[in-house]
Formats: sequence, C-alpha cells, structure tokens
Amino acid sequence: MHEWALAEAVLKAASEIAEKEQLAEVTEVNISIGELQNVEREIFRFALNQLKPIIFRQARFRFTRAPAVLKCRNCGNNWQLKNQKLDEATKEAIHFVPEVAHSYIKCPKCGSPDFEITQGRGICLRNIKGTRKT
Amino acid sequence: MTDPRTSIISERLKKIRRIIAVSSGKGGVGKSLIATTLALELANKGRKVGLFDLDFTSPTTHVILGLPDSAKPTEDKGLIPPTVSGLEYMSLVYYTSDRPAPLRGEDTSNALIELLAVTRWSELEYLIIDMPPGIGDAVLDLIRLVEKIEFIIVTTPSRLAFETVKKLANLLKELQVPVIGVVENMKMKGGRDIEYNTKMLSLSYLGGIPFDPNVETAIGKPSALMKTAIAQQVKRFVSSINP
Repeated sequence: MHEWALAEAVLKAASEIAEKEQLAEVTEVNISIGELQNVEREIFRFALNQLKPIIFRQARFRFTRAPAVLKCRNCGNNWQLKNQKLDEATKEAIHFVPEVAHSYIKCPKCGSPDFEITQGRGICLRNIKGTRKT
Repeated sequence: MTDPRTSIISERLKKIRRIIAVSSGKGGVGKSLIATTLALELANKGRKVGLFDLDFTSPTTHVILGLPDSAKPTEDKGLIPPTVSGLEYMSLVYYTSDRPAPLRGEDTSNALIELLAVTRWSELEYLIIDMPPGIGDAVLDLIRLVEKIEFIIVTTPSRLAFETVKKLANLLKELQVPVIGVVENMKMKGGRDIEYNTKMLSLSYLGGIPFDPNVETAIGKPSALMKTAIAQQVKRFVSSINP
C-alpha cells in the first residue's frame, strides 16, 4: 500500500506541471517504473485512479518499465538486477527504500557494495499530455 | 523526467508544528544522545513528538532507545512510524537488517527524499531529526526541502569541534536558516570559551552538559537516560524551545 504514497506524489507533481502549462484537462500521464523499487503496477494504477483530481478525469496512466542496471564503482562492471537472486524480505526492504540495495547487493564480479544505480531505481514522471485552457 | 517525490514532501510535513535538526560540525560530540533526550523530554512534557534518524550510514538512535525487534512501520497509504518510548520513530535501520549501509551522497539524498515522501507522521508538535555530522547532503537537502527547518548545533569544548561549528553556523546564517542555539557537551569545569565564542557568533548558548559516565549504562534504557546529566541539562534548555 506504499504505492498510494507514490501515486499521491505523481499526481501532485503532474498537477503542478498542468498548472504551469495552463492545461484545462490532462489526457495522458506517462510514468516510468523502475524495476529496483518493484512497485505493484495494478495497486499503483488503482491508487492513481482513486486519488486523481478532477483535471485528470479523462487521463490515461501509461507505464514504462525501466530495467534496473547497476554499475560497480570499484571495477566498472555493469549488470542487471534481473540476474541477481534476492529473497522476498530483501525485495520488500528495497521496495520501501531502494538505496538499501547497498546493504544487500554486491557486484557479482568483485564483491563491492559501491555501485551506482544507473537506471531503473523507482518512479519517475516522464511527461503529461493535455488540452490547454482557451 | 520529473522526480515526483519532492512535490509531496511539504504535504507530508504540513501538520508538524516545528522541525528541529540536531546537528554538528564533527562526529562524536553526542548529537544522537542529545537529539533522543530532547525528543523524550518533550514527550514527557506531554507533547506529540517524532524522532527521525537521518544519520543513514551510522545510525544509533535505535540503540539509544532500545528499539524492540517488533517495532516496524505500518504500511497504510505510505509508512506510519511505530511509537517507541512515546515517540513516533523513523529510521533506515528498519530496512537494512542491521547491515552496513554504504551510501554515497546521491544515495543519501535519494533515501532521504524517499522517506520524507512516504512517511506519514501524525499531527506532531515537534519532529526532532538526528543529523549526520558536517555540512553535507542531509543538511543541504533539509534546507532545500523542509521550509520550516530549525537547527540546534552540538559541540564539545574542543577548539577543533568548535571550528567546524563556525562553518555550519555561518552557512545557516547565510542561508537565513534559524538556529535555536548551541549546546556544549562534555563540558569541562570552569570552561567558558564555548559560551563566549557562541555569543561572538550571535547565537544563543543553550547550556553545557558535564561528562557523565552513567550515560553508557543508560543506553538502550530511555527511563535511565532521563536521569543522566544530559537529561538534566536538556530539561533546562527545553524551556527555551518549548516555552
């Protein structure tokens, strides 16, 4: 249910953009969902639809999945999270705060926990589309 | 690409009356003990108080509080912090399983933003934040993201510690961030230098705490902590925070 908090954040950020761009109605909200945070897409979509302000009543929420890619700062190795086995408790901890990945994941090549999350960390608002006020 | 999390932070904090960061220029000056004692003392006075450990790489307030294993945030449209010794308590340790958290600056910022964006505090009168030492990411992020932030600065009688206090105090002054005052921990008998130098910075000297060897045995026992010299002095200066 932590997805609700993230949905609230997306709608607040999208509303700020809509106001700045003087949109009368938002028709599309494009969101990137990073693999590392492991957000439950359907709960997230449900929360967005439940919480959306009136300006979003016709809006479609479109998701793009961003695979998590990690880069070791020690040896330069790049690897994908999908190739790493994590137990459910670890996945849940990372779901709440993706940075705790540094407590559980190590570079498969050199064993260092000093890596960069180059993509696929969490939720990002890519863009919104809508109709301007006349 | 827009990070949506920063948009919701002011909403999450709007029901909190005052947010006080307990900070220092150097580590090892007793920030965590003073932050925890301050939070406990305000709660003992009947105030609704939260304690947030922002020292992600070296957290200790959970040890000071004797956090039971059973205490975990509840998931309800965000994270609801559990109540520990009368305080709503949040820390990264709930999610690191007591493992090291080797975080660089950008990771620290991201974890801080995530927790500020998803933690649902109740209607608190005070949120006390235990800061990491120095003027790094946590200080800069709080100034950027938390409009009502105020600081208490902790030092020791050491000239080296106070040298770093000056840097922190000057930064906060330049950025027009309110500083409640300076607390001198492990004060030596008769020493007045820190009090004098604090006043030279145009800051309030909140008081000096003598070294108390009983503090070590009170760690993990909040009721024992409230009988130490730290608590006695915190009780004195809390009236200037909570008149």
